[in-house]
Amino acid sequence: MRAVALGVDVGSTTCKAVALDAAGRTVLERLEPADPRVEPQVERMLEELRAVAEPGAPVGATGYGRKRVRSSRVLTEITCHARGAFAHAGRPGLLVDMGGQDTKVIRIGVHGEVLDFAMNDKCAAGTGRFLEVILGRLRVPLAEVAGFARAADRKVAVSSTCTVFAESEVISLVAAGEPLSGIVRGLHQALAARVAALLRASADAAGEIEIWMSGGVAQNAAMVAALEEALGRAVAVLPRPQLVGAIGAALAVLPGGHP
Amino acid sequence: MILRRARYELQGRLGGRLLAAFEGWLARRRHSRRRPGPFGPPLESSRKLKELMSVHYFEGRYADGAVPVAWVTSGFPVEVLRPLGFHAVYPENHAALCGVQRLVPALSDAAEREGYPRDLCSYARTDLGSLCSGRTPVGRLPRPDLLACCTNICQTVLYWYRALSARLGVPLVLLDTPYVYGSTKPHHLRYVQDQLEELVRVAERISGRRTDPEALLATAGKAKEGTELWGECLAAGRHCPAPWTAIDGFFHMAPIVSLRGTDACNAYYRMLRDELLDRARRGVGGLREEKYRLLWDNLPIWFAVRELSTLFAARGFNFVCASYTEAWAEAGARIDLADPLGSLSAAYTHVLLNEDLEHRRTLLGRLARDYQVEGAVLHSDRSCKPYSIGQVDLRERLARDLGLRVLLLEADHSDPRAYTAEAGETRLTAFMESFG
Repeated sequence: MRAVALGVDVGSTTCKAVALDAAGRTVLERLEPADPRVEPQVERMLEELRAVAEPGAPVGATGYGRKRVRSSRVLTEITCHARGAFAHAGRPGLLVDMGGQDTKVIRIGVHGEVLDFAMNDKCAAGTGRFLEVILGRLRVPLAEVAGFARAADRKVAVSSTCTVFAESEVISLVAAGEPLSGIVRGLHQALAARVAALLRASADAAGEIEIWMSGGVAQNAAMVAALEEALGRAVAVLPRPQLVGAIGAALAVLPGGHP
Repeated sequence: MILRRARYELQGRLGGRLLAAFEGWLARRRHSRRRPGPFGPPLESSRKLKELMSVHYFEGRYADGAVPVAWVTSGFPVEVLRPLGFHAVYPENHAALCGVQRLVPALSDAAEREGYPRDLCSYARTDLGSLCSGRTPVGRLPRPDLLACCTNICQTVLYWYRALSARLGVPLVLLDTPYVYGSTKPHHLRYVQDQLEELVRVAERISGRRTDPEALLATAGKAKEGTELWGECLAAGRHCPAPWTAIDGFFHMAPIVSLRGTDACNAYYRMLRDELLDRARRGVGGLREEKYRLLWDNLPIWFAVRELSTLFAARGFNFVCASYTEAWAEAGARIDLADPLGSLSAAYTHVLLNEDLEHRRTLLGRLARDYQVEGAVLHSDRSCKPYSIGQVDLRERLARDLGLRVLLLEADHSDPRAYTAEAGETRLTAFMESFG
């Protein structure tokens, strides 16, 4: 089956592209670290997708670099993540998208529409970048984060809500002899508390509704566990969480609409 | 003194008008080259507005030494100063002008160098920075003989005007208005009126004149009529399509703030009202195509007002009402010519920012219904805490009670350094996309 719609999500950390067939199934996907030279990177990724697509397949673009993409339709990542998540679940829900630069909480209605959304403001302290900076400082590889957090035998409180100050706080904790595992867990709990605060208002408005997670941080099991602990509710990670926005962008230009 | 007075009068009547005519000619040349955008035909009254405000500021350049000059807060009952011949300068209006012209970072830097922190209201920083650096887009602001401050809009004005008083060595009169929780008691209003009477005596001493009761009545009457006329202009926005946008309203409110209680102000609003009603009759809208109607809460984001209004207009979203412009139409009803000082005390105590959250909720609800809006943008203004506090609750109530789509947008009314344009645009665009 050849692809009939392409979607690109130019994020702050990674660039994602997908090709969908007429039924909305993924034919080909690409994910790369974001290059500051947006246009050549996107063009190259799209060329790869066009090899499996019908000639002239429309392109939907989203993400921070969306305006740099030659596309048929430009939509914000909020709308695209909602579409991508709804296409997977087929029912209303509450989506937490934790990306590199921001965290969004999106309440999705019965038709996949955005009912409302909330985002962190002007501050990276609730995002993937927060974890990246501090875990880098602690020299904990991302792949080992969950193991570190699970191994913690006691909680270490990280109170700063600013990435820069939290980094200093973590250095002080290390200097005070706190074990890395406890600090890693404390970091995730601090981050989860911020996201939970963002989420609570929408969760209250939504009532008993499923909570899903997308974005790069959703691949971090320690973060999912910390969020579940903070909310006291289950959080389901969407399949291929980093691609949800790109899939949503492609669905938005799917000829004849999404089946 | 006589020569200065003559120059002041002459510049107001002639010089200001010539300058305004020249600026108008330049603006028309610019407009004629501009591509048609998503907006409807421009308001004819805009030219008159430009002229009115240019004359006001131009006249101001020659005011000190010619007439007594007062720098006043926007919520001060200027009606008691006009009969004494004061030329009133509104630092907040001047700061808004600096905001539109994106001069605030430089002016704020000048204030910050003097030790004023960036956490201060950006209007205060702009004003103090303008004073420290001597920079202003209006040529020159006249030196005041009196500073008149009313706390009905915030407490910052008190410290701001104290700083002005210390720097300029000019007397400061303060009108302290108790915050209104539900309603006022007689002793609240007595307290305000006592201060008003006392400060009138100070103003009389400075101006060297006694208050003529007839002149006070006439000014209060004009202020009442002016706010009513402004209310009629705003009410024209209830028509579908609205004949203008609330963004236009932010600019056209300048006379009701700065020239309240004058014939020029009222003549202007009669003209504007007639034009708006005529446009409404002919179905001429503020936008070429009005698909959705929105409400704006809080001050505008002056430095980005055109970009943001274009972003919305391009998708057919029209801000048809705003709590900020509406606030200036509310006071008039309380002015009672049988008791000018008493009713001015009540009118200036019951202003939007001096009333509790329930009042704000009621006002927003009324606006949403009267203007048939489908959504609202609540600008959480870093510089205006009294206006921004409670917006999270207001957002919930507007969504729950009225079914509106509501967005809370963090920004600042005039300091671009407190606004992340890219993230803001994403948020606003996603908000518009959520309408389908």
